[in-house]
Amino acid sequence: MKTKNLTLHVWRQRGPNDSGDFERYVAKDVNEHMSFLEMLDVVNEDLLENGDEPIAFDHDCREGICGMCGVVVNGYAHGPQERTTACQLHMRQIFELGWDELWIEPWRATSFPVIKDLAVDRGAFDRIIQAGGYISIRTGSARDANETPIPKDVSDAAMDAAECIGCGACVAACPNASASLFTAAKISHLGLLPQGQAERTDRVRKMVGQMDHEGFGSCTNHGECEKACPKGISIDWIARMNRDLLKAMTTSADDIEERD
Amino acid sequence: MERALTLTKTTIGKKAIMALSGVAMLGFVVGHLAGNLKVFSGPEAFNEYAVWLRTVPALLWGTRLVLLAAVAAHMASAFSLWSRNRGARKNRYAKKKDLATDYAAKTMYWSGPILLFYILFHLLHLTFGGMIWTDGAALFGFEGYTWAHSNPYNNMVIGFTHWPVVVPYVLGVCALGIHLFHGIWSAFQSMGANHPRYNHLRRDLAIALAVFLTLGFLSIPAAAMMGWIEPTTQTFYYPELEPAPVTVP
Ligand code: FES
Repeated sequence: MKTKNLTLHVWRQRGPNDSGDFERYVAKDVNEHMSFLEMLDVVNEDLLENGDEPIAFDHDCREGICGMCGVVVNGYAHGPQERTTACQLHMRQIFELGWDELWIEPWRATSFPVIKDLAVDRGAFDRIIQAGGYISIRTGSARDANETPIPKDVSDAAMDAAECIGCGACVAACPNASASLFTAAKISHLGLLPQGQAERTDRVRKMVGQMDHEGFGSCTNHGECEKACPKGISIDWIARMNRDLLKAMTTSADDIEERD
Repeated sequence: MERALTLTKTTIGKKAIMALSGVAMLGFVVGHLAGNLKVFSGPEAFNEYAVWLRTVPALLWGTRLVLLAAVAAHMASAFSLWSRNRGARKNRYAKKKDLATDYAAKTMYWSGPILLFYILFHLLHLTFGGMIWTDGAALFGFEGYTWAHSNPYNNMVIGFTHWPVVVPYVLGVCALGIHLFHGIWSAFQSMGANHPRYNHLRRDLAIALAVFLTLGFLSIPAAAMMGWIEPTTQTFYYPELEPAPVTVP
């Protein structure tokens, strides 16, 4: 079992209004089988023992499904391992790259204000969902499983889009801090299914309106989001969102309120 | 009363404007190259093509107006999105690794303005040249390079034997190629034109057009500098190309 000492440069910021700066720490005897967050836990234990403030970072499930974790490690959102959340990143993967020094930063986007250190407020995503990322349908009692036929390829595609865990890595990786990949995935997974058709034109307009209102940047088709996404959400969904919006805006008779 | 959300106010609508205006300008560039390649058919063919353009004012002015509108819309949208995107990340990363983007995509904000300045230079040289340099005046101060209204062939070919004309031209054409490499692909994405069966063709088309246009435009100064096309000693007179006589009241 390999252990290694690592130099960490961790972004420390007391609160949203603090300017923040990097602080240098040495993580001693890091075990290769630790997850990245466990490595931070150990660093935090030392800090607590010395009476220092521990590093704040977000996490919940620690199994790569909730989307709560997320930091930028040496310039990679969620670290260098492809299709992996920060909680599922393991130190052996970092050792393999020969890295001895880690720069750990929060998601940087004006619409994701830092709460503390590495934890950011992703409430903007919640508000995009609230704007239209749902289906208002009266479900009543449980219905027969196959009452609404959905072709397999359509349900598969909807599942691909629904894989988005809303972690915000797309925003973090985008040169424009755009939320296009997140919004597109959420619009598409509902818009693909028969139950999502009734609200399709309103949904895309409301969610895009909210996305813009939150101050995210625009998509310039670099494709960084797709590479950073731990779930491999494709930028094809962004094209679909664009198509849906252009169609909705040019064909729908009802207006959508502007969110400004 | 609540204000309604309009397409052009959304970031996606602005990208659609950029895509559509880009396609209009691309269409012009293709036609422009096709016309200019007539230089290889000799001075008469080239000059007659220039005359023909004047004889169809609807085409000439229609193109000019559409292009002017396209350039204005393209720039206005680009500026609006650029300033929004700058504001979207006020604190920069200490370290940031690019994983997917390419040189062309990252330099759009450079290749665009370079193109703009190049086009202005190009217009001053060959479109407004006759208004700036009166007959017999040496263009750009080069000996033997005088403006000839009825001989656009010479105006172009002689220009391309001088480095100060060739260098901006080559830079402008390279910026065009790089801009189109990202722009053409990007336009499909912005307009939502994607389909699993045809998606790979979007990049292929972008590469093919960017390379074809770049090499096509570069072939003209290359040929002039190598001496494959030479200034003509023939004299031409086309009333359509001569400036309207100034009548003193
Ligand atoms: S903590 Fe849940 S995805 Fe990482």
